[in-house]
Amino acid sequence: MSTSRSVPLGVRLPALLVAAAMLVPVGYLVAVAATLTPGRALEILRAPATLELIGRTLALAATVTIASIVIAVPIAWCTERTDMPGRRLLSLSSALPLVIPTYVGAFALVSALGPGGLVASVTGWTPPSPYGFRGAAVALTLFSYPYVLLTVRGALRGLDPALEEASRSLGRGPVVTLLRVVLPQLRPSIAAGSLLVSLYVLSDFGAVTMLRTQTFTRAIFLQYRIAFDRAPAALLGLLLVVLTVTVLVLEARVGRGRSGTLARSGPVRPAGVVTLGRWRWPVTLAIGAFLALALVLPMIVVVWWLVRGIAAGQAFDPALGAAARTLAVAAGGAVVATIAALPIALWSARDTSRLARLTERTAYLGYALPGIVVAFALVYVGIRAVPFLYQTVGMLLVAYVVLFLPQAIGALRTSLLQVDTDVDAAARTLGASRWEVVMRVLLPLSRGGAVAGATLVFLTIVKELPATLLLAPTGFETLATRVWSATEEAFYARAALPALLLVLVGSLPLAVSMVRQERRRGSATDAGR
Amino acid sequence: MTRSRPMRTVMLVVVGLVLAACGGGGADAPAPDAPSPDASAAPGAAVPDAAGPLVVYSGRNENLVASVFADFTALTGIPVEVRYGDTAELAIQILEEGTRSPADVYFGQDAGALGALEAQGRFAALPDDVLALVDPRYRSRDGRWTGVTGRSRNLVINTDLVDAVALPASVFGLVEPAWSGLVGWAPTNGSFQAFVTAMRLIEGEAATRAWLEGMLANGVVPYRNNTAIVEAIGRGEIAVGLTNNYYLPRFVAEDASFPAENVYLPGDVGGIVNVAGVGVLATSSRPAAAIALVRHLLSVEVQTAFGSRVDAAEFPLREGVDSTLLPALDSLGAPDLDLSQLEDLQGTLTLLEDVRAFE
Repeated sequence: MSTSRSVPLGVRLPALLVAAAMLVPVGYLVAVAATLTPGRALEILRAPATLELIGRTLALAATVTIASIVIAVPIAWCTERTDMPGRRLLSLSSALPLVIPTYVGAFALVSALGPGGLVASVTGWTPPSPYGFRGAAVALTLFSYPYVLLTVRGALRGLDPALEEASRSLGRGPVVTLLRVVLPQLRPSIAAGSLLVSLYVLSDFGAVTMLRTQTFTRAIFLQYRIAFDRAPAALLGLLLVVLTVTVLVLEARVGRGRSGTLARSGPVRPAGVVTLGRWRWPVTLAIGAFLALALVLPMIVVVWWLVRGIAAGQAFDPALGAAARTLAVAAGGAVVATIAALPIALWSARDTSRLARLTERTAYLGYALPGIVVAFALVYVGIRAVPFLYQTVGMLLVAYVVLFLPQAIGALRTSLLQVDTDVDAAARTLGASRWEVVMRVLLPLSRGGAVAGATLVFLTIVKELPATLLLAPTGFETLATRVWSATEEAFYARAALPALLLVLVGSLPLAVSMVRQERRRGSATDAGR
Repeated sequence: MTRSRPMRTVMLVVVGLVLAACGGGGADAPAPDAPSPDASAAPGAAVPDAAGPLVVYSGRNENLVASVFADFTALTGIPVEVRYGDTAELAIQILEEGTRSPADVYFGQDAGALGALEAQGRFAALPDDVLALVDPRYRSRDGRWTGVTGRSRNLVINTDLVDAVALPASVFGLVEPAWSGLVGWAPTNGSFQAFVTAMRLIEGEAATRAWLEGMLANGVVPYRNNTAIVEAIGRGEIAVGLTNNYYLPRFVAEDASFPAENVYLPGDVGGIVNVAGVGVLATSSRPAAAIALVRHLLSVEVQTAFGSRVDAAEFPLREGVDSTLLPALDSLGAPDLDLSQLEDLQGTLTLLEDVRAFE
């Protein structure tokens, strides 16, 4: 049924091209690591610390991923499907922790929860230490669970409510329906979101250094930044690529099992609203309490910087230019990444061949690499291969695509898997060419996934730092570079406004997509009456 | 189809913003009026500078040095474009860019990074009269980079928890049990690395290893950077921190009741003076303008400003200029040290990994 014959060359060729571009960072690492003598390479690989780092890094990734699933799936379902009070506000704000750079978030946790911090000095109670593996796991979960939330939310919007309605009409309660009918259908999206979380943890630098957990990425940074020696860093980077492949194989086992079996056959009707009854308030309060930690606490710390700075008579720059540039490159990057992701998502959702799968997996290789490694690779290749693009906005957008393409692919592919292949077959029977099937059937039906993917990319670009610092046009400031340059040198008051604007800019696409969803939901409720 | 209207508006705004972003660099950056290099070199004369703005890669923070570059442009009419970033990352970027690097000047805050670029042959020689402005201890032996300001290593203490007189006169005293769990350092930080490298040079490999192991056994607390150390001292999480001298004044500027003070360690390796310095790239197409900028950084006005701004508070390195906020540089009795040798960082990194200082 699903063979390569169903995907036109016009999709396969661009997919292969995009995948090839994604291999640039890995190729760079191989070239640089090859300059090491075999003896030195072996010495680095066999260092006792290396194995320990691998173990701890994988444990951290697994912990954060599981915690993110446990938190994100219920929040996604409650904010999408129930009559919980404050649903719209919680729906918007639950995705926002993603725009908080981990170094700012982790710093906020330390200055609020650390010994002698805000909480201890106000309440007199000393919370558990934010440092170490546990603290890093908590911080990374708080600031990366939205990867799962947004992909699952996109999938929920694409589910055919007919199955749930059938389950309910056969006498199953809402809980049984959720567990036995909805959750199994969410499996591909949970897997896609989890993959983004676990690979993000592999690449994170900000939270683990702030909270003192030595991971693999931190070791790579030390090599680069202290010894100015690229070769050992490149070898460690390649080892990280191997870890990534391990995670990718695992995800393929979990996420691919029965995908496609519960597909729908056309545009979705919005699902009905589940009444929570006496659970309304407890559920709202639980989600609210969680968001107090993930979003409100960092915001309070930032506002505290602002208040303290005003009291000390500091001057403030509103940073509106930086906000406009951030908005522009994030929106541009999101659009370009979504377009680049389309061919790969289409091909891998409609073709089970080895080449299609390999192409899709290739796109994830660079994603787990620390941003700075990818940025150096693009510096090296960019200035030689495309000197006219070097340090232009165009180059920056290319960097964003290489860095964040998997976020767009995951969401798009999930939404395409929700469309039954019988739909393609029906269109073909009615005389549509393979190309027409893609353009007139699949693309319109993957809109939910495209929006979810573009939103993820947007939110991640808003806080991106290493590639922006090295590859943006000289003098091109964004909110993230502003926040970084101020916090790095302890000018917290000057970091406050850009940090608040970061959250504001991040909430824009979420607000737009929420308004659209609410309108659909509203019309569904009207139709139901 | 009322539904698509907000989407269409959003798309229009997005496209407009992208175009606007592509059009101009930064709002504060001077407009690149003449991007094409001026190829007409007068025969017989020295090759004149290429047209276009002078490009500076600055590992020094924008909040500290932006006004210095603006003053340079106002004085000379030479436009400057500055790429701000991390000192080490920008040095590696120049190494990765190779001979095509668009940078004319590198301004970094660590002698190690300057030394790494010098060792790779990326810097041109500076004129003798420029070098003569700075004490030879604070510039490259080969004359390819010069220090602009000095930053001393020192201790920051929480004044509620520790009395300055109770402190040891040397960092070697901090391995005593009395300081168990009370001291913080930033093992991944460039200045700390330079300090350890200096200790290896001055005190020897064995003594350095013994000190590191003693500190670790004494429960020294690792932080992400100097800023995080000072923040933790303010909260009382630790009592003593090994940092640079200029972080504390910024905390005090935002919070006058910040309970901490700087303690200098005259003559001790814990009080060495590192530099923030500048070099002109060998590949620069605007060497005359680049050297003019170096002269500007070493001018009496700029040097005086560095020594008297509360948020900068560094030691001026031009001979004859002293800071109004800091003790005189010579009074610190900093140990003699060849800053050019601070580039043996792989040895320091290996040692720190070996004693598990990053755990």
